[in-house]
Amino acid sequence: MRHLLSIADLSSTQAIQILDTAEELSRVSDGPMKKLPTLRGRTIVNLFAEDSTRTRISFEAAAKRLSADVINFSAKGSSVSKGESLKDTAQTLQAMGADAVIIRHSASGAAQRLADSQWMTGSVINAGDGTHEHPSQALLDAFTIRKNLVHGGNDLTGIHVAIVGDIIHSRVARSNVLLLTKLGAHVTLVAPPTLLPTGVESWPVAISYDFDSVIGKVDVVMMLRIQLERMSELFFPNAREYSHYFGLNRDRLKMMKPTAIVMHPGPMNRGLEITADSADSARSVILQQVTNGVTVRMAILYLLLAGSQELGVQL
Amino acid sequence: MINSRPTSFNDPSCEAGKEIDMSLALPAPDMDRAITRISHEILERNSGSESITLLGIPTRGAHLAARLAAKIEAIEGRAVQCGTLDITLHRDDLRMRPPRALMPTTIPSMGVENRNIILVDDVLFSGRTIRAALDALGEIGRPASVQLAVLIDRGHRQLPIRADYVGKNLPTSLAQIIKVQFTELDGLDAVTLEDGAL
Repeated sequence: MRHLLSIADLSSTQAIQILDTAEELSRVSDGPMKKLPTLRGRTIVNLFAEDSTRTRISFEAAAKRLSADVINFSAKGSSVSKGESLKDTAQTLQAMGADAVIIRHSASGAAQRLADSQWMTGSVINAGDGTHEHPSQALLDAFTIRKNLVHGGNDLTGIHVAIVGDIIHSRVARSNVLLLTKLGAHVTLVAPPTLLPTGVESWPVAISYDFDSVIGKVDVVMMLRIQLERMSELFFPNAREYSHYFGLNRDRLKMMKPTAIVMHPGPMNRGLEITADSADSARSVILQQVTNGVTVRMAILYLLLAGSQELGVQL
Repeated sequence: MINSRPTSFNDPSCEAGKEIDMSLALPAPDMDRAITRISHEILERNSGSESITLLGIPTRGAHLAARLAAKIEAIEGRAVQCGTLDITLHRDDLRMRPPRALMPTTIPSMGVENRNIILVDDVLFSGRTIRAALDALGEIGRPASVQLAVLIDRGHRQLPIRADYVGKNLPTSLAQIIKVQFTELDGLDAVTLEDGAL
């Protein structure tokens, strides 16, 4: 396996291998060994054609902890804003000797296009493509759930997860549905019908329009950001009504199981899908997700880049 | 009654009924004796177990370290610091193979700073594993000293590294394969030498 393009490409064994590798990496890199020499001399390019804080910084931190050289490349301030095509950009990076490109793009399938092309020979890691997938986010979410709720056992069997909010625009939701169900979790999507994609009935999930009837039964409440930048029409009457029916607030927090956790992939619209006191409550593992993001991405980089590619790498 | 039938070492009848496995380099009792001897040597060299920390290199080095720790505890009557050190991320041959799974690293409570560290591995061969272990250790801290204990030294060093404690020196050809087995993993204690295809 050379690229990480989507969760759909991963088997559950491969996903668990990534989580297990992250587990060991977190034990060394959060503890005794801050910096590891593993990827010394490798060049990793962060190609971000869409805004990002967490994912870009997280991949950068992960690469640097493994001693790789990181080149940050964002659309703003580069020739992409002058109209340079993805092909020309990729060929430029290839000419500079990039061993891996981490790409975020507003077009679904951009990472796949880059990997299928002959434009460059390095690994391609999808850091979010349009409304398609965001595999590293799903892996770090699964890792966070496993760390908090699974004691013994390496998958998520028996865990019930509610994914709440803007499913239709969310690549995080798509990747998470695929990964969490692959790992044995039971997933319920909670959203108004306007925010659910067409064909959602064929997904391996339960669907509910009533947050209150679901919240008491689940182990994980994963809130999604309302992606106003992708909304060209009205999907709900107004923000207040949305918060009332689908937002996480103090009253809903009290309805949760005693052990249940609150997650959010960030960035949060505080006051819209989640209130400030819910985001900062003791149940919230939102900052843990950020920390785990670095180790999970280290695991991805290690498994894709540390070994030989010539030998037909078995991820 | 005089029965003066001459026996010869070459006479196969002497060995009749006994199963001699020529590939068995170190049977279980000898393995245990070697571990006991190494434990005493470690204690002698370090004047007791107070200053030492055993770090086994997974997988089998970690089991050997646990055996040594148990022996030393039995001899000294006090707990000994024992952990594991995974060296995968520091290997120099990572790019020559598919990615390897990472093994656990557990540094005992007193850390490595100013301790006498005993690295423990099952077989000493090229010396590259030990070089990686020294690098990994250097990332964690600055030990007072680093010593090396191995069950088998099979020669063919590619780096200027030697062991301080050796269970058995076993001259081998590069084609041969040494297999160390521990009851915890393999159901029996044994070291065997097999002829492999070069």
